[in-house]
Amino acid sequence: MNKTMAKLLVSRIAMAVLTLFIVSIVVFAITNLLPGDAAEESLGQAATPETVAALRAQFGLDQPAPVRYARWLTHIVQGDAGVSLVSGQAITELIGKRLPNSLVLAGATALVSVPLALTLGILSAMYRGSLFDRGMNMLAVSLVSVPEFLIATLAVLLFAVKLRWLSALSHTADIATLGQFLRAYAMPVFTLCCVIVAQMARMTRAAVIDQLRAPYVEMARLKGAGPVRIVLSHALPNAVGPIANAVALSLSYLLGGVLIVESIFNYPGIANLMIDAVTTRDIPLVQACSLIFCSAYLLLVMLADICAIASNPRLRNP
Amino acid sequence: MNMPASLRMRRPLFPATPLALIGAAIVGFWIIVTLAGPSIAPYDPGAIVDPDVFGSISAQFPLGTDYLGRDMLSRVLVGARYTVALALAAAVLASTTGTLLGLFAAVRGGWVDASMSRALDALISIPSKMFALMMVASFGSSVPLLVLTAALSFMPGAYRIARALAVNVQALDFVQAARSRGEGLRYIACVEVLPNIIRPVLADFGLRFVFTVLLLSGLSFLSLGVQPPDADWGSLVRENIGGLAEGAPAVLMPALAIATLTIGVNLLIDNLRGRRGKGM
Repeated sequence: MNKTMAKLLVSRIAMAVLTLFIVSIVVFAITNLLPGDAAEESLGQAATPETVAALRAQFGLDQPAPVRYARWLTHIVQGDAGVSLVSGQAITELIGKRLPNSLVLAGATALVSVPLALTLGILSAMYRGSLFDRGMNMLAVSLVSVPEFLIATLAVLLFAVKLRWLSALSHTADIATLGQFLRAYAMPVFTLCCVIVAQMARMTRAAVIDQLRAPYVEMARLKGAGPVRIVLSHALPNAVGPIANAVALSLSYLLGGVLIVESIFNYPGIANLMIDAVTTRDIPLVQACSLIFCSAYLLLVMLADICAIASNPRLRNP
Repeated sequence: MNMPASLRMRRPLFPATPLALIGAAIVGFWIIVTLAGPSIAPYDPGAIVDPDVFGSISAQFPLGTDYLGRDMLSRVLVGARYTVALALAAAVLASTTGTLLGLFAAVRGGWVDASMSRALDALISIPSKMFALMMVASFGSSVPLLVLTAALSFMPGAYRIARALAVNVQALDFVQAARSRGEGLRYIACVEVLPNIIRPVLADFGLRFVFTVLLLSGLSFLSLGVQPPDADWGSLVRENIGGLAEGAPAVLMPALAIATLTIGVNLLIDNLRGRRGKGM
């Protein structure tokens, strides 16, 4: 680790923190633009001007927006996201129960999809223009462009309705053995993999091919290196940055897919929690969930950047 | 950075490869359906015409019937209006504003470029579905809100692409020559730079359209998009999801309609971009 790189890394992390700060402002602004507020919402029919004013004062809603934002942010940073308007439970508790489930789902998906996508991407870059490459490309284009719920419904139709291998709903409560785990997670993970493997493989292929077009690869070819050697020992080390970037970016697509998948399989994760919160317009819960999703996304993008920096030889040995 | 091939030689804007033609045919088909949908629908989309629910494919009901016994073909034909037209409006809005801002930022340079890029980068760090969920939670779901939401969430991407392309082009000699001739910013942006980035920008527009279709139908699938009694294809899948266990065509048909539309657009733009990767 040299000075240039340390400086770059620190600036990336600072940038991510700054972006998260701006995102939190956007989240707060969007969810506070409407004149109607939590006091009126929670009183409902019982709202009289006096009770609303009293509750507003209690919630601190009578203060100007920047003050409310500052207080909201300090509470969030201290780990207190407030209370759900609908159930009255502490939001940290609600999220704490759901978040591990979503992380398991995301982790299982990453574990399956990353090796699969890298293999497919590198193979189709090596044999570009071949039948395999064109087939993969068609498949990837189709998978990227169909909605997640089509893949999920097809999976249910095939594996649960026609073949009867798996149940259509995921039950996370009674998982004791590996077999039960696989049965419960197979379809959600399969669907999510379809969503991101295509993207990841395509970007990996593009990154490798980008290197294959560089002059040094032509040099290696002129010297008589075989195609496998060219890809694995010449192009791949230089493509690691873009590939890591692709992996992190594709994993961030997971966040969108998770919403649909948790909803369709009725999976008790944080995405389902957020959808319920949006449906019932439980604003504090929506704010907290969006911040979690956005931080996860920013974290992945930052990791992508850091991978790119760390794998750049010109930055590593200046 | 290597100069993109499209800058070195002029190619026709729309190369007529077979795949591009197939894509164009699919897209054309859905555009006609969007325009003519309500007038060619065999039944009233809201009328219950079949005593059976989740009816299967028959001559009378070519796409089966839904959970209330309404004709699916009519519902898909009328729903095209919401899926295609809304997405088109949002994508045009996103691409035009994004491209213009990107061009402006690249040509103007300096602090304007830096501050615009930073601000839009912050917007891009909110995943589109998150952004849409927040908007719907705060403002409730309505058609103008959906269009605005999709346009806002995909505009920064269009900006980024247009800016990156324009920055490359405007470093080239002919733009420098125009600058030293004393041409104005608007002339440089529209006459020198824009024609050289229009191909990738058009391809990107197709991509924005696909993203918008997926975002809006995804929202409708979560019952947070187009609200009943109106229904886009995403809502059609959602309201018939109960028929999945019977393998009813009512669940699959609207989802397949979305898939053909988005795949069609992708085929078209993939071949519009030219065959990268083939030949070195």
